[in-house]
Amino acid sequence: MKHLNRIFTILIFIFLYIPMAVLIVASFNVGKDITEFEGFTLMQYAEVFKDRSLLTLLGNSLIVSILASVIATVFGTVAAVGISGLSPRLRKPVMALTNIPMTNPDIVTGVSLSLLFVFIGSQMLGQRNSLTFWTLLIAHITFNLPYVILNVMPKLHQMDKSLTEAAMDLGCTPLQSFFKVTLPEIMPGVISGAIMAFTMSLDDFVISYFVTGLDFITLPVEIYNYTKKQIQPKIYAMFTMLFLLIFVLMVIMNLLQLKNDKKQAKRGGAA
Amino acid sequence: MKKNNSLLLSAPYILFMIVFTLIPLGVVGYYALTDVDTGRFTWENVQNLVLYLPAFWRSILYSLISSLICLLIGYPVAYFIAHRGPVMQKFLYMLVMLPMCMSFLLRTLAWVGLLQDTGIINNLLDSIGLARLPLIRTPAAVILGMVYNYLPYMILPLYAIIVKIDNRLIEAAEDLGCTPAQTFVKVVLPLSMPGILSGMTMVFVPAVSTFYISQKLGSTDVVLIGDIIERFFKQGNNANMGAALSLLLMILVFVCTGIINRFGGTDEEGAVIV
Amino acid sequence: MKKILSLTLAALLVLSLFSGCSVNDGRITINVYNWGQYISEGDDGCIDVIAEFEKAYPNIRVNYVTFDSNETMYTKMSNGGITVDVIIPSDYMVGRLIEEDMLLPLNFENIPNFEYVDARWKNPDYDPENLYSIPYSWGTVGIIYNSKYVDEADVTGWELLWNEKYADKILMFDNSRDAFGITQCLLGYSLNTTDPAELEACAEKLKEQKPVVQQYIMDQVFDLMENEEAWIAPYYAGDYLTMSDENEALEFYLPEGQGFNRFVDAMCIPKCAQEKEAAELFINFLCDPEIAGGNMDWICYSTPISAAKEFMDPEVVESEISYPSDEVLDRGTGYLALPVETTRLMEELFMAVRNGL
Repeated sequence: MKHLNRIFTILIFIFLYIPMAVLIVASFNVGKDITEFEGFTLMQYAEVFKDRSLLTLLGNSLIVSILASVIATVFGTVAAVGISGLSPRLRKPVMALTNIPMTNPDIVTGVSLSLLFVFIGSQMLGQRNSLTFWTLLIAHITFNLPYVILNVMPKLHQMDKSLTEAAMDLGCTPLQSFFKVTLPEIMPGVISGAIMAFTMSLDDFVISYFVTGLDFITLPVEIYNYTKKQIQPKIYAMFTMLFLLIFVLMVIMNLLQLKNDKKQAKRGGAA
Repeated sequence: MKKNNSLLLSAPYILFMIVFTLIPLGVVGYYALTDVDTGRFTWENVQNLVLYLPAFWRSILYSLISSLICLLIGYPVAYFIAHRGPVMQKFLYMLVMLPMCMSFLLRTLAWVGLLQDTGIINNLLDSIGLARLPLIRTPAAVILGMVYNYLPYMILPLYAIIVKIDNRLIEAAEDLGCTPAQTFVKVVLPLSMPGILSGMTMVFVPAVSTFYISQKLGSTDVVLIGDIIERFFKQGNNANMGAALSLLLMILVFVCTGIINRFGGTDEEGAVIV
Repeated sequence: MKKILSLTLAALLVLSLFSGCSVNDGRITINVYNWGQYISEGDDGCIDVIAEFEKAYPNIRVNYVTFDSNETMYTKMSNGGITVDVIIPSDYMVGRLIEEDMLLPLNFENIPNFEYVDARWKNPDYDPENLYSIPYSWGTVGIIYNSKYVDEADVTGWELLWNEKYADKILMFDNSRDAFGITQCLLGYSLNTTDPAELEACAEKLKEQKPVVQQYIMDQVFDLMENEEAWIAPYYAGDYLTMSDENEALEFYLPEGQGFNRFVDAMCIPKCAQEKEAAELFINFLCDPEIAGGNMDWICYSTPISAAKEFMDPEVVESEISYPSDEVLDRGTGYLALPVETTRLMEELFMAVRNGL
């Protein structure tokens, strides 16, 4: 039974990574066709660095997703602390509000935001160019916030309430007690919220596709445009590099967290 | 004093969410109830929704099947991960999450490359002397695309719940004479219910509104509601009909997720995400 | 926590550095909105038109964005909220944009190269006084088929696209005007009909075709035809030349007897433009015979500027497919802007076909 499960899990992981393998192999292909390997080359990688517009797009994507996830994480963590202190009667509708972007299909979120931005921009502010970097950023923050909140809330609930009270009794200001007591306790939730938000932002194309103008386009939106034409193999090379980069980043993050956990465990043991 | 602080801290968030989620929905409603050419009030878009009911049912059916398949194959994986050592757990968790960071579009295109008539699988079959199979542009291909893309959304919340199940409960059940199967059905399964529900929701919602997967992997007959909405906004130049369809889709999704969550009777914090 | 914070901040800094080149550097930016695969960007040893322009006008930066059909472009523009300085839509869309007052009249003083445009392409039906548009390229719509799989005896006319023998190997246009245009040729209607009954009949014909259609496509046609996933597709002549470079089994067929569409894509400046003068400089640059020649060499469409031909690959210039005789050309029909009701009806009918109603 145990072995069966192990084999099954391995099979599922293979299933998850087959398309990735196809794309990575395609990045070393001489030919354009993803289905036929004509010969090995590293040329596509050189092409990526020659392509100014591709690098700009990647930069745009990273800027939006980093900014949006950092803002959403700070904003969301503060909000989560606030929400957890609300009376249940108030908390329920607020959580329902939080769930809207989660349960709302992306396409509806994207469309509704773009209608709103155009309405405010053109009709109320009389601006010609209302879909810009800022609207894109707002949209990303909007769909990132629930991920942060829903990751932080459970940690706040698990936390022993008397800890903050103790800190305050010992003379901490509310701000101090937040940074010294609450934040370290809920940190795993904050981090996983931030990672989720960043991931969602980086790969989002449905919402971005609707709220983006022509001035500031992100990589997934342009990849969607690319897939409407002939896809250039350098896209695969870029994908492969991004894949490796994120893989390394994630490993580092995990190692840092493990170290942290160990430190905390030690501290816990000493006390 | 404390109450006030909480309100103060959450007020900006509440305001933000009202402005950027509730009001946009109002705008969608406004568009749905106005005429595309004249901008006057009309019920026409809403009445026309009846025409699209088959596409709605098809979308719901496909995404329900996909969520169930995800559950069936995702549960053993989540269970397996949850019973590894802490370092291995972290590593496997990361492996599940990693595909989600990479372009969903490119991954779907890779499936096209694998499945198409002149694709990798068929070329392989051909080269070993077997007949080519009609893999792409079938309902099964669409469901495969959905399962593939949204499986991590199932595994991650399941794992988060399973890992918290107290092993002593399982031992107790076994001590009391339960067979492993009984233990699973009577103890483990009920305890993982919140994870199952949020996993189902997290797979169902994006799957029901997808448009890229069906366009790339489906035949011209498999028209999902996401395709229709996208087409109205992008080509059809009829945002009003698109808005009406979006509203109905949203209502259906709320009803469906409501039904899914009713099974477990979870409370407000039931939506466990990882 | 501090570590993560500083890591993020460092990452942000690095990012803003290498994206810095796109932010303000005193240059003005023009947004050019064009079809995909429709300008030479330095691939295959051809000229990089945009880089050349930026070299010639160092104070202008070109932000180049693409669309996949006239309808997509129109929708994005009419939704508002964006600024575009140069667009290159097709004839009928130019006419529609003029009628809906969405274009700015051009200042021809800034576009002296207009003189190179052949007389045949000046003052076209869609812009009779030639106030708003300058032709970029032209061509015909025909059938591309793979001679390995398609029996020559079946290549008799547009009905090839309805042939059940090739079910699931046929592609069809994913835009209402071209899809209806083909059906109108097949049924013997005018390409510019406004008769609702005729349009309904076309829609019926398109529904009839749906079971044999593999996909409704625009530029995806390249990959699908080149790797033989599909065998038959209606598309633009210029793109056929690009495809036949990759797959020699591909053939082009122009159903002369039934009629076909002869199209022009033209450069215009929409009302939402912010840098009109720079946009005119860009248009002028594209009309320079040497640039136009190099550009057309890559996109393989036909140029309205005869002077450009001497800068082009002679093989393309002599090709019957790129430059058919006047006699053949006259059998084709150009699309005109249709009344709003007709366009709306056509779009609705096409949506119904696509959505399976």
